Amino acid sequence: MAVKEEEFNFAKNDKFNTAMIPGKFARAMRTCKIWQFIRFVIINIKMIIVVGKSH
Amino acid sequence: MARLVVLGGGVAGHTAATFAADWLGKEHEVVVVTPNSKWNWIPSNIWVGVGGMTKEDVTFDLAPVYEKAGITYKQAKAVSINPEGNGSTDKSFVTIEFTGQGKAGQSEEITFDYLINATGPKLNFGATPGLGEGSNLGEFTVSVCTADHADHAAHELKKVMDKMRKGERQKILVGTGHGMCTCQGAAFEYIFNIEHEIRKAGLRDMADIQWISNESFMGDFGMGGLHMKVGGYVVSSRIFTESLFAERGVNYITGAHVNKVEKGKVTYELLDGSIGEETFDFSMLIPPFAGVGLKAYNKAGEDITDTVFAPNGFMKVDANYTPKPYEEWKASDWPRTYQNPTYKNLFAAGIAFAPPHIISKPMKSPNGTMINPTPPRTGMPSGIMGKAVAHSVCDLIKHGPSAHLHEASMAEMGAACVASAGKGWLDGQAAAMTVYPVVPDFDKYPGTGRDTDYTFGEIGLAGHWIKHILHYLFIYKAKLKPFWKVIPE
Ligand SMILES: Cc1cc2nc3c(=O)[nH]c(=O)nc-3n(C[C@H](O)[C@H](O)[C@H](O)COP(=O)(O)OP(=O)(O)OC[C@H]3O[C@@H](n4cnc5c(N)ncnc54)[C@H](O)[C@@H]3O)c2cc1C
Repeated sequence: MAVKEEEFNFAKNDKFNTAMIPGKFARAMRTCKIWQFIRFVIINIKMIIVVGKSH
Repeated sequence: MARLVVLGGGVAGHTAATFAADWLGKEHEVVVVTPNSKWNWIPSNIWVGVGGMTKEDVTFDLAPVYEKAGITYKQAKAVSINPEGNGSTDKSFVTIEFTGQGKAGQSEEITFDYLINATGPKLNFGATPGLGEGSNLGEFTVSVCTADHADHAAHELKKVMDKMRKGERQKILVGTGHGMCTCQGAAFEYIFNIEHEIRKAGLRDMADIQWISNESFMGDFGMGGLHMKVGGYVVSSRIFTESLFAERGVNYITGAHVNKVEKGKVTYELLDGSIGEETFDFSMLIPPFAGVGLKAYNKAGEDITDTVFAPNGFMKVDANYTPKPYEEWKASDWPRTYQNPTYKNLFAAGIAFAPPHIISKPMKSPNGTMINPTPPRTGMPSGIMGKAVAHSVCDLIKHGPSAHLHEASMAEMGAACVASAGKGWLDGQAAAMTVYPVVPDFDKYPGTGRDTDYTFGEIGLAGHWIKHILHYLFIYKAKLKPFWKVIPE
């Protein structure tokens, strides 16, 4: 069976082997425009709260 | 009429000077002494360094902005401070040496009522043999610390990518150039922006990309790492950082003190005392930071530099500098008002103040070499400090010496930080993070030292959008365009 592309790096060295590597779905969500727009709004709200607490 | 002199027109100094000029109005004078004619939005130098932006995109002329704000602008570098005056005057003054405005090389003494030292770091390339001389970058590696450096880095990177196109495999080495560096975040951004560009160009198989850092573990970032709440778990930044490196196939070496740089090769010592070598075709190594080397003299003309400044050249402020073991470090060691304890009319803000100690756990190799990151003082805390200090000085000028001083402790403020991992409106990525507080407080937050409700991080396109929007927003603010004051630091 062919190696899944996102799992290829596990075999490269011992450090990578014990790391947490995102799978296909997690990677796709990182550049999914609709999901990222929602995250954009949420991250901004979170950052504004921290900025507000810091001034 | 009182005079405030601000040394340095970077993040902290520009914030301090522009707010002070606005709050003080025409009744009092604000003078800025800074050696460059241009303001630089330093975080975007990363994109200049991969050819994604130009030098002009990240800089603008300071003179028209200061003219609009009613600020007296001296394109010069400060050389020394006489807080008690000298034999002929009781008034405090600073000696400056012009670098432009047609007076390059000439000296001037500027008297002041209050002084804010926001001179940032000396890029101490000279600390590592081969990395450079003094504050000048050497010939073997590149840097992204200034817009000019980043522009040069982009040209060198292009050459390396051209070689890959011709079928020559290339080795890229990015990280810290000394055991006592800070600013790992900038190197982290640069390595992933390079990886992103190389992948986009279809050349990823032709590049070996290697990270080298003085952090004892991945994700330390000079803050002892951080813990974030993700998917119901509270997780160390180490897990996330190692994950990104593994995902992108970037090898890493941690706990490394680079002690020599030669053409195409670095030598380093590791925390276990062993010595290693890494070769490279292209390398960007962050230099260690030091104070810019200002001197101080008393009325009699005696050198009092070690009274005003710490041995690393940063200005002493209201921190607790008593040496003590790591276990006894407290959040309360960190300064609140940034006022010099000896001379109450001197303040420091941004990188220019002397931290009481590092934040990460101190580490030493068996050979006695200190290998640990020094504390980061990123843009947001630097801006907040600049504003708080300007506020204090304005109140002192308006209400007299008993005025309340404003506070901005790094142990009580958070920081929002967006670390780019590749540029592109549709395919870019960045790690958007907040940390609260910057300096961990284990008395208040036992366990992680931080409030995990306000400490988070995630990577994605949204982070890139935020980073890119912040680029425009902060340049807009620094140019003092309408409503600049409502944009937070
Ligand atoms: C490549 C890179 C990327 C970064 N990315 C980020 C990021 O994404 N987010 C973030 O929060 N932070 C980032 N930082 C850190 C951020 O740039 C600093 O925290 C911030 O610039 C510190 O502000 P400062 O005012 O203390 O120093 P600076 O902004 O460096 O300003 C110091 C000023 O003092 C002037 N000066 C020097 N010597 C003298 C002298 N003798 N007399 C008078 N003036 C003098 C300098 O010319 C300069 O204008 C990055 C840093 C680098 C190098």
